[in-house]
Amino acid sequence: MAIDMNMNVLIVDDYKTMLRIIRNLLKQLGFENVEEATDGGSALMKLRDRNYGLVISDWNMEPMTGLQLLKEVRADNKLKHVPFIMVTAESKTENVVAAKEAGVTNYIVKPFNAATLKQKLTAIYGNF
Amino acid sequence: MGKKSDLRRKLETAAAQANPAEPADIAGVVEAVMNNLSGDVSLAEVQLYRELQRLADYIQSAKREIAALRPEDIRSRDIPSATDELDAVIGATADATGAILDAAEALERMAETMPEGDRVREVATRIYEACNFQDVTGQRITKVVRTLKHIEDKIDALLSAFGDGLKGGATAAEETVPSDDDRRLLHGPQLPEEANRQDEIDAIFANTK
Repeated sequence: MAIDMNMNVLIVDDYKTMLRIIRNLLKQLGFENVEEATDGGSALMKLRDRNYGLVISDWNMEPMTGLQLLKEVRADNKLKHVPFIMVTAESKTENVVAAKEAGVTNYIVKPFNAATLKQKLTAIYGNF
Repeated sequence: MGKKSDLRRKLETAAAQANPAEPADIAGVVEAVMNNLSGDVSLAEVQLYRELQRLADYIQSAKREIAALRPEDIRSRDIPSATDELDAVIGATADATGAILDAAEALERMAETMPEGDRVREVATRIYEACNFQDVTGQRITKVVRTLKHIEDKIDALLSAFGDGLKGGATAAEETVPSDDDRRLLHGPQLPEEANRQDEIDAIFANTK
């Protein structure tokens, strides 16, 4: 999958700090069109409202969790092919397995670094 | 014989109840047995009396020990104070992290006009990475607050059971066990020695179909 650096990226996290960190790291990697949502429900509305090339989401959010958001995305014919990276402090094996079974594209455990984020994006889009 | 049948009926009725008997009810049964035991009593009745007396003493002792802990203070003052302090920690670290990120972003902007710009951007990246801590510590503190709430509920249940009329019904606190699978998976951050590292997560991910 070739990467389009101008694609819209949606980052979802209920911690404003994390949104800011991920946005800044994405900006350093060359992504300029980054939008934010603070829970699964508002993320889903944004995803249905315009085209996004990538979703990076936290898991532990209320009321709709990142896993529920992932399931909604994969169940939606228009959204089901959008790459979805889970970035979460949930590091148990059962969480990774549940996310993979729900169709997550890749999984990053917090705290993470810029190299890990780039590595996962490269795994999806190839070198950029 | 009549007294024995009456006691047996009371005990059978108590045993048949779906909910465990209240401590006050048990003490009442003990008192009733003591009042009714007069005249000729059998060895079995004496043994039963002794057991019931021990049970009543145990309940009284437990009540005294719980009262000495001042559970009402723990519930009304100590736990709310602890959760307020922890909320303040979350707020203060969020503010501090915000200020650190302000500075890192300013550094990045300055880097655009600096000969050592790339090096400065690398430093800003390290700062962004380090600021991850705020999310993880925030989640850990939230877990502690949830645990304190659970303890508060248990104290409520104790006060209901032993509270000498402080509260009406003796309803035990309900367990807040998430019912569906998705909520069951909300653990929050693991302790470092228990958490899977990124390379372990990658291996699990690769081996999951």
